[in-house]
Amino acid sequence: MKSSIMKIMCGFAAACLLLGQTVQAATVKVGVLHSLSGTMAISETSLRDVLLFAFDEINAAGGIKAGGQSYMIEPVVVDGASNWPLFAEKAKQLLEQDKVAVVFGCWTSVSRKSVLPVFEKDNGLLFYPVQYEGEELSRNIFYTAEAVNQQATPAVDYLLAQGKKKFYLIGTDYVYPQTTNLILYKYLLLHGIPLENIGGGLRKDSDGKVISAGKYTPFSHTDYQQIVAEIKQFAASGDACVLNTINGDSNVPFFKEIAAAGLSSADCPVVSFSLAEDELRSLPTKDLVGELGCWTYFMSIKSPNNKSFLGRWNSWLKKQQYPGVVKQKRAMDSPMVLSYNGVNLWKSAVEKAGTFDVDKVRTVLESGKITFDGPGGETTMQKNHHTTKNVYIGETRANGQFKILKEFPNVVGEPFILDDLDKKLTAKGH
Amino acid sequence: MKSWELRTAAVTAFVLLVVIPCLNVFTEPGFAFHVSDFTINLYGKYLCYAILAISVDFLWGYTGLLSLGQALFFSLGGYMMGMYLMRMIGDLGQYHKPIPDFLVFLGWSELPAFWRPFSSFPFAMSMACLIPGLLALVFGYLAFRSRIRGVYFSILTQALTYGACLLFFRNSLLLGGNNGFTDFKFVLGHDLRSPATQRGLFMATALALVLVYTGCRWLSRTKFGLVQRAIRDSENRVLFSGYAAANYKLFAFVVSALIASLGGVLYAPQVGIINPSEMAPEKSLEAVVWVAVGGRGTLIGPVIGAIGVNALKSWATRAYPDMWLLILGTLFVLVTIFLPKGIVGLAAHLRTFLRRRFKPRDGEGDCDTLATPAQEEPLVNPK
Repeated sequence: MKSSIMKIMCGFAAACLLLGQTVQAATVKVGVLHSLSGTMAISETSLRDVLLFAFDEINAAGGIKAGGQSYMIEPVVVDGASNWPLFAEKAKQLLEQDKVAVVFGCWTSVSRKSVLPVFEKDNGLLFYPVQYEGEELSRNIFYTAEAVNQQATPAVDYLLAQGKKKFYLIGTDYVYPQTTNLILYKYLLLHGIPLENIGGGLRKDSDGKVISAGKYTPFSHTDYQQIVAEIKQFAASGDACVLNTINGDSNVPFFKEIAAAGLSSADCPVVSFSLAEDELRSLPTKDLVGELGCWTYFMSIKSPNNKSFLGRWNSWLKKQQYPGVVKQKRAMDSPMVLSYNGVNLWKSAVEKAGTFDVDKVRTVLESGKITFDGPGGETTMQKNHHTTKNVYIGETRANGQFKILKEFPNVVGEPFILDDLDKKLTAKGH
Repeated sequence: MKSWELRTAAVTAFVLLVVIPCLNVFTEPGFAFHVSDFTINLYGKYLCYAILAISVDFLWGYTGLLSLGQALFFSLGGYMMGMYLMRMIGDLGQYHKPIPDFLVFLGWSELPAFWRPFSSFPFAMSMACLIPGLLALVFGYLAFRSRIRGVYFSILTQALTYGACLLFFRNSLLLGGNNGFTDFKFVLGHDLRSPATQRGLFMATALALVLVYTGCRWLSRTKFGLVQRAIRDSENRVLFSGYAAANYKLFAFVVSALIASLGGVLYAPQVGIINPSEMAPEKSLEAVVWVAVGGRGTLIGPVIGAIGVNALKSWATRAYPDMWLLILGTLFVLVTIFLPKGIVGLAAHLRTFLRRRFKPRDGEGDCDTLATPAQEEPLVNPK
């Protein structure tokens, strides 16, 4: 009798041990590298939040299954503090000390440029989620971001189809607007727009080659009176539009001045490439009603996928207890969705590769077979580390949302387009 | 004075130059005292900041000039080194052209004339002395000749660095605009990615710090050092005693600009990026905070402050990414209220306290507690 009780107890203990082992799943460390303080915090904290949401969602569904085992995601959140050398230091820390399997992060191009050598040296993996100028392809970075041909050139296609004949280029003076405008200038020439119909000015080098197109203002510029007067004159013929790559708070005085000058969106629409729903929360949207935006995701997309995504996001926001995550008055926008897509693309790739090994995961990602049906539509990672996705043109409404006017399905992301445009222009005799 | 300070400095120098690099090379990662490649690179960066902090203190703690633009000279040094490093990339950049990527990007097909000599290391280094030195000379000459003092001097230096920051943001300056210089590959033929190169850079930085420290210490003991501190304590008295205070201040300003530039030169290859955000006013303010925390008016104080605050920042941005600003802010407030002489002042306080407690009759001990600016060296009234 006694021995049978012992046997039962032993068996029970053994069962508990076994059960304990299966319940206590393995974990995988994943880095989150965004600015949670400093000038970029206003944009980047939202990306941290959506990443935590994506991780929680994956963990709740049983984690990542690789090589016959489930791994729970253990996020390692660090603050880059809008300080570019600190970004490099934090990237090193994540890769060399924490030994994370992958990093999701960066917003500005300069932060990406500062961590790029670190990722290449330590053979890390970075997913970059924000629209950018292209002209870069690192074997250690996957760009879920919009390339110029997934945002700026489709917008021009739309405006051309609307019968616009004159284009004014304006932006903040740094790399993204400069490159985008140079591409747009060449793209417009290629589509038969004469030189005098491209506004904002051109700068040429000593050989007469155009090296920069458009009007530029410094960061945080506030005085747009003269520029808007110039735009008004330019738009007098009624078939003009403005392509706006102004970044950050300068958009407030710019649109105030546009409204004050009586330029209506019907006569001369402004299409902005750096204003999404999250930015519109802090802008006076009444000055922007009717102006255009172009992204690969809008919160107003009416697909069952998006509806369910927003529902899950909102209920997660209410439940979550992370320090610093704001619960009320949240918006969803393209960079956030592209971060979310990045996590899921990486998860599929790891599950297919059966390992977290960077080289093997990269090979799988480059195969062109990793697809995710995200809130903005289906997206596929290609060999060139950029994704295919749907591009949408939207009109700003007073509530800070966009009314979708046009959709370009499955646009293939292409980082290098300057060279190609140059060749086509030469062929056309420019 | 300060046999303890000298001893501490000698021990620190030995640890930095010999012990840490040895622990990095000769021990395995599992060993308790192993210093990883990551740590050595991180401390290399801190030591560069320590050099910047000494340059701030040389002006503020010793001459009474609070410069809020010291990071400008630091960045200029970094930019000169950066230009050399950009040339060393060769055609290994994104576009595989023999000129830096951002120039290709701006439509240049060959190197602009002012870039060409930067392929030479000695030229880049002489520029790293000349440009910050000349800028400090001209700015200092104009400022001190007009007897700009106190808060007005601070405001002007801050405006200077902000102006330079905006200028360097411009792509048309052909210095990389907002992105600055990055993706360096080689320095003097050594691969920057290899741990050995990073270790070498760390040792070079440690050596530079030791030299700057000893140089400043020596300078503060010369007649110049006496006049310098006299200017700090009462400039009018110095003027009425017949000294050309402006010249002394100008000399101090130029020397501190050169020290800051040296820090910047060593900073760029270790951090891997130099861009205009380094010139933003808050960077110079940060350096002032390091000095205040460490203890101004001493040479060891800025070093302790720069390393301590930055190590705390590195740790807190990982451990408490949401709270670290509060942690650091609280620390600064507490230090200003309770430790007006910084961490070094605390050590001195403790020493006096202990001596009083245990050797109540030993009058000689007092000499050792004179690490504070006002009492550091009894001033002889110049005749």
